[in-house]
Amino acid sequence: MEPTRPDSGHFPVRAARRARWAVAGERALELFIRLCGYSAIVFVLGIFLFVFKEALPILTKEEFTLGEFLFSDQWYPTSELNKRYGVLAMIAGTFSVTALAMVIAVPFGLGAAIYLSEFCPPKLKETLKIVIELLAAIPSVVWGFIGLTVMSKLITQYTGAPVGVNILNGGIILALMSVPIIVSIGEDALKAVPDSYREAGIALGTTKWQLVFRVLLPAAKNGLLAAVLLGVGRGVGETMAVLMATGHAVHIPGGILDSVRTLTANIAAELGEAPAGSDHYRVLFLTGVLLFTLTFVVNLVADLVVRGIRKK
Amino acid sequence: MSPCPLRLLGLATLAAAALTLGCKPKDAADGTPASTTIQNKGSDTMVNVAQVWAEEYKKAHPTVDVEVSGGGTGVGIAALIRGTIDIATASRNMKAEEIAQAVKNTGKNPKEIIVGYDALAVYVHKDNPLEEISTEQLSAIYEEGGTVSKWSELGITLPSGQDEIVRVSRQSSSGTYEFFREHVLHKRDFKLGSRDMNGSKEVVELVGTTVSAIGYSGMGYHDPRHVKMLKVRTHPDRPAIAPCVATTIAHEYPIARSLLLYTLGEPQGELKAYIEWILSPAGQHIVEQSGYVPVPPAK
Repeated sequence: MEPTRPDSGHFPVRAARRARWAVAGERALELFIRLCGYSAIVFVLGIFLFVFKEALPILTKEEFTLGEFLFSDQWYPTSELNKRYGVLAMIAGTFSVTALAMVIAVPFGLGAAIYLSEFCPPKLKETLKIVIELLAAIPSVVWGFIGLTVMSKLITQYTGAPVGVNILNGGIILALMSVPIIVSIGEDALKAVPDSYREAGIALGTTKWQLVFRVLLPAAKNGLLAAVLLGVGRGVGETMAVLMATGHAVHIPGGILDSVRTLTANIAAELGEAPAGSDHYRVLFLTGVLLFTLTFVVNLVADLVVRGIRKK
Repeated sequence: MSPCPLRLLGLATLAAAALTLGCKPKDAADGTPASTTIQNKGSDTMVNVAQVWAEEYKKAHPTVDVEVSGGGTGVGIAALIRGTIDIATASRNMKAEEIAQAVKNTGKNPKEIIVGYDALAVYVHKDNPLEEISTEQLSAIYEEGGTVSKWSELGITLPSGQDEIVRVSRQSSSGTYEFFREHVLHKRDFKLGSRDMNGSKEVVELVGTTVSAIGYSGMGYHDPRHVKMLKVRTHPDRPAIAPCVATTIAHEYPIARSLLLYTLGEPQGELKAYIEWILSPAGQHIVEQSGYVPVPPAK
């Protein structure tokens, strides 16, 4: 609020007062942006409630137990004789593909971020950043298609695997999809480290590598962790590309050349046929609740870790 | 080796038909009477033939648009139950509970129309020395608890040296999946861990690139450059039968099935005309060209 100046000429009162409509307009605008802010909470809660409401009736059914759902690898939703709804194999599928993708994408993405931020000449940097953003803009169906055609041939050729659509394929495709995210957020985090840190390091006579490992990485830890976790989130939530590249086989994998099915791909492939309101339909929604919980836990852990680091 | 050269010819004409249609300039939509749209969804086995029907019918009846999509028989039937489409194509019969749901939801009884037949073919890679298989061996490979998982157990040595049988199957919304489960596995469940493809074509493609694979799909998707259809025997004493038009019509091939259309209630108006055209010689000719077996003329 603007305080009235004591010596503001002949009309001090009028100068301080504003038209009523301007005040009302400002209030309305404030209300509007406040609603925009709150809407995120409304949407998250709304989506969770809707998904949970669709899944709820199955939880009260006698023949359904949550333990079987989480810890059985028997997925027979349309069986004529004995319907079984166990998603353990799909949980294992999701985790194995995401883990492999992160093993490839994290060193690659962080390496690229360090290069871009510390070593790259400015002109090349602009070009590289544009190309990396383009990489992020490729639709996931296109990635899936590349996995299905190009990658699967290369994999059968070089590894001797009988089928080219497997964890390795899905992991590489997913890694390629998460690298741009890790690079751009990681680069932002490194850029946010004040130049005075670099100057202090150089003044102490560090080499470029000592500067990166001893000064910049510890200083940018939070941002880099956020970059990695966003990459994990992408991996857990991605559907189309893994549906096409992982081979869609329900079983607990024994190696990276096995085909798997992920939680997301299973929902995508089966929701269309499941009659609304049937047990199968409700179990698929329960899988949605499970995915929601998984990403929530990942985000929560990330948040806690970041806070913990900040305190020290 | 295939005793059915018609199929190749059929694929070629199909491709040609698709090409000429693709090049034809679009009809201007001015001044034409109100057009009707027929929504057609379902079986992946039938999606090619349904597409050609729609395109050919459009040539003769420019005011009728038939929109065709696949997804699997289960998807088509689910959409018919919701009442969002006019025709569901199906490679299996509707189940009693599905019919009951359709009646409950839409108040109309689904009407079933047989538009052709398909021999459900068992495919292996063209380099696989196997020529025939029994339905018993098939269920030992595919069913839950089945004992066969290696080619050596069938007495086969693959040129690539691999021994593990890579089972290629379909996603559970597929009519082909349910037909196979009912008639080969006798309603018992599939062994988990098969590669479940989203379309009939994908099954044949994966088998065509994987020497150690076996898969099942409609006979219309045969591609002799990459895959081979096995002869199937039901009993050790009986001869193995190759899947083709003649053996399907004669009811000799053991895993043949009807290709069906479902509508809600008796078809009316444009829909009725379209279905009559499908059953006419022109429509049935397309069934044959697509590699399937036409309905024999009524006696």
